[in-house]
Amino acid sequence: MTSWNDVGKTLTLTLDEEELTRCMRCGFCLPACPTYRETGREAASPRGRIALMKAVHEGRMIPDSSFQKQMDFCLGCRACESDCPADVHFGHLLEQSRAAIVSHAPSPTWKKYMRKFFFHALIPHRRRLRLVGAFLALYQRSGIQRLLHRSGLSKWLMPSHLQQVDEVLPLASPYGIRERVTTERLPAIGTPLGRVALFQGCIMDVLFAKTNHNTAKVLQAAGYDVIISKSQTCCGALHAHSGEEEKARLLAQQNIKGFQGIDIDWIVSNAGGCGAHLIDYPYLLKDDPQWATAAQSFAHRIKDVSELLVDGHSLNLQPIHERVTYQDSCHLRNGMKVIKEPRTLLNTIPEIDYIELVESDRCCGSAGIYNLTHPQTSQQLLDEKMQHLHHTRAAILVTSNPGCLIQMKVGIQRAGLENHMRAVHLVDLLIESMEGDRT
Amino acid sequence: MLTPELKSELTTILGAEYVCDDMESCISYSYDATPLYQAIPDGIVFPKNTEEIQRILRLAHQHHIPIIGRGSGTNLAADTVPTQGGIVMVMTRLNQIIEIDTDNLTITVQPGVLTQTIHNAVEAKQLFYPPDPSSMKISTIGGNIAEGSGGLRGLKYGTTRDYVLGLEAVLANGEVIRTGGKLYKDVAGYDLTRLLVGSEGTLAIITEATLKLIPLPETRRAMVAHYADLDTAARAVSAIISARIIPCTLEFMDQGTIQVVEDYAQIGLPRDMAAILLIEQDGPHLLVEQDITKLHQICLDSGATHIEVAQTSADGTQLMAARRNALSALARLRPTLILEDITVPRSQIAPMVRSITEISRRYDLTICTFGHAGDGNLHPTILTDARNSEEITRVEKALADMFATAIRLGGTITGEHGVGLAKAPFLEWKVGRTGIVALQGIKNALDPTGILNPGKIFTQVPTEQEGTKK
Ligand SMILES: Cc1cc2nc3c(=O)[nH]c(=O)nc-3n(C[C@H](O)[C@H](O)[C@H](O)COP(=O)(O)OP(=O)(O)OC[C@H]3O[C@@H](n4cnc5c(N)ncnc54)[C@H](O)[C@@H]3O)c2cc1C
Ligand code: SF4
Ligand code: SF4
Repeated sequence: MTSWNDVGKTLTLTLDEEELTRCMRCGFCLPACPTYRETGREAASPRGRIALMKAVHEGRMIPDSSFQKQMDFCLGCRACESDCPADVHFGHLLEQSRAAIVSHAPSPTWKKYMRKFFFHALIPHRRRLRLVGAFLALYQRSGIQRLLHRSGLSKWLMPSHLQQVDEVLPLASPYGIRERVTTERLPAIGTPLGRVALFQGCIMDVLFAKTNHNTAKVLQAAGYDVIISKSQTCCGALHAHSGEEEKARLLAQQNIKGFQGIDIDWIVSNAGGCGAHLIDYPYLLKDDPQWATAAQSFAHRIKDVSELLVDGHSLNLQPIHERVTYQDSCHLRNGMKVIKEPRTLLNTIPEIDYIELVESDRCCGSAGIYNLTHPQTSQQLLDEKMQHLHHTRAAILVTSNPGCLIQMKVGIQRAGLENHMRAVHLVDLLIESMEGDRT
Repeated sequence: MLTPELKSELTTILGAEYVCDDMESCISYSYDATPLYQAIPDGIVFPKNTEEIQRILRLAHQHHIPIIGRGSGTNLAADTVPTQGGIVMVMTRLNQIIEIDTDNLTITVQPGVLTQTIHNAVEAKQLFYPPDPSSMKISTIGGNIAEGSGGLRGLKYGTTRDYVLGLEAVLANGEVIRTGGKLYKDVAGYDLTRLLVGSEGTLAIITEATLKLIPLPETRRAMVAHYADLDTAARAVSAIISARIIPCTLEFMDQGTIQVVEDYAQIGLPRDMAAILLIEQDGPHLLVEQDITKLHQICLDSGATHIEVAQTSADGTQLMAARRNALSALARLRPTLILEDITVPRSQIAPMVRSITEISRRYDLTICTFGHAGDGNLHPTILTDARNSEEITRVEKALADMFATAIRLGGTITGEHGVGLAKAPFLEWKVGRTGIVALQGIKNALDPTGILNPGKIFTQVPTEQEGTKK
């Protein structure tokens, strides 16, 4: 049964009332919100969205498709949380709203099947993803991709944004970290500081498998034993952000269980989007007493790779004689509150000319799959970002999340800067510097 | 919902994109930062220039439709809550800095420019616009002017009203009025500029403002002094002023506030002290050093248990940031926060704070007090839960007692937040019957049909709270 009435009834029950009430409507979050800045409309601001949710929660408004539009228009970047004096967890409210919409709002059948395929049948399955990776690799390497773009056929086959993404997508790899590393434990170099399990991620391990491998290498060099564990699945962030709450819970439970038997001090993530969701498992599972404690101890172990590296042995880095800048991953910054560490690490590279990017704390418009669902806003945000980037005159743009990385690559291409600037993941740059293959 | 005729006329003026009356929009313009108040407007308009505003007002005048001007909706007097319905007029598209005049030291802006944007723009030219409400990163200058907003630097530099030199505004009948100018002296007629400052959107819609600038002080230094009891802290405040030192900031925080801010900002504030004073001086290097040394001595002599002088201006910024966040830090304790704004003569701070403590006991409420000790403007902040109606009744009684005490001590019911809806029932306590009649006379002269922000400042039911409770 689906109807907007049901969405309303569900939200009366599921929206976190404490969270809603804690919003004192001070408006301090407004300047941070990209959708408020783009539109100037209160309903497209965090305070406005909370007011809408509250109206629904209190039964003063029956949600409708424009309610959904407003919830979908939100990037989920959580910049509002970082600026909220009252500590309102906007991300939770957003997920609850989207969950009610996904399960109860009327929506065309084809959309439901698409969602089912993507969120349930594909993403959480490592082997199927690997298969996609293999096909993608074949497509990219066989010349079909080149042919499509050269012939202009891609314009017919893909929406323009997808086309741009396709052009910059790194070479997918049929080999994930587990295919690349055959042992289960990579020993620390020097005095061991602790044991960390690598959280591989789903997309990360197809498109950025090399970054996963590099993460393991750099952690070893910093003094950590790295465990490559098989018993893990997708973190479920994409599911939670898209309203697939039940599936998100199942994935969380699977992961918690998966890491339970392993003797480790930390679980390390190299994707801000995953990390911020992993530390949020306790909230996701808060209503399930069976999981609450386990979720707590799981979340306590989650670290971003930059946090561990800052605390680790100093790396043997070779000079990089280039100007480098850094774009925050929204969820690393606003969710995990990891802000200084990546910058600190970059500044340890000898000879580096580090420059702070204006508005580096602002979303680049990637926002999970936002660049596919709202291409226009996404590109607008990206173009603003590229202007600021252009002013830095940096040769290397560093970021710490796969989604951001792809978006930044698209941006560089769109701005015609591909001969002057490249986007890399933090750990990849650290490895470059360690291996000294640039001078 | 707007009537179809009205909507189509507004659409002709503004274009469909800038006229809204859908449920989502109406709900999102039904509130401001004032707790407990909410009311749904009939529609919302987003004008871009003076001419559009004139045309909207003519229309509203003709049809007797309330017009509620709105900046960022951060006021604390329920001033943008459309209790009588009507149209909320959002001013944020008028967001241009028109000119910075470095010869006359003025800046001319449209009303939707954010206060912080003005600060950044003039400071880049080594100039200074002192008014700094805690909400400055989001408040608009139009809102600041309409509320007569203050800030931390009020003691030395004054408030918004002291910086408005000239205004362009549209009157209720759609006519444009220009007041003042780039003039430091101007006595041609009544001071309409000052009249519009603090008028809370009830007399005219401000469309342009010329503001006074001063040279940017060379440097600033901050210090904190801790006090084991209230009276010594209050004595220190008096001692500082009698010593002929006017710090740019002289802020007070009571124990409840100290504890909460420390939880939030973790900057090493003393949780066990009855009060702290946050003091900042700005000006030329040498003078600042001199004043800070003197201030240090005065605090010591007055019985401070601990004094800390920020070593760098960055340290100082952090100390002051804690104060800026005080209100916000308090928000984490209870779901609802009611921020009051009474002001008393400087010499009455200690009795006022003591009386607040007693009122909080009488009604069994948590009240944390902080504020601008230098100018006697205190922010007793009641921490409560809007969902608990029994507690809210006690809150209302406590507020009435607080206002009564402030007036008895020679003070006022609001120093910088405005009367709006929230304090309308108490206005007569402050200005008296004759005062109300005079104010109403002005209102009727400028807005005879009463379409500009009706229900604000004046009330039919004095001393009884009105407004749509939510
Ligand atoms: C956390 C917090 C801290 C605050 N700290 C301070 C502080 O330190 N000092 C202080 O003084 N205030 C403070 N305030 C109150 C508030 O920020 C100020 O009143 C501010 O000036 C409101 O600006 P605004 O743009 O949000 O105006 P709004 O709230 O939108 O409107 C305020 C009033 O101005 C009118 N108005 C707006 N624009 C126009 C226009 N163009 N023409 C005519 N009328 C107009 C409205 O009708 C309304 O009456 C604080 C508020 C919050 C939430
Ligand atoms: S999550 Fe981002 S886009 Fe959404 S309301 Fe918060 S700041 Fe705005
Ligand atoms: S900053 Fe926080 S409390 Fe203030 S309006 Fe935004 S969400 Fe609400």
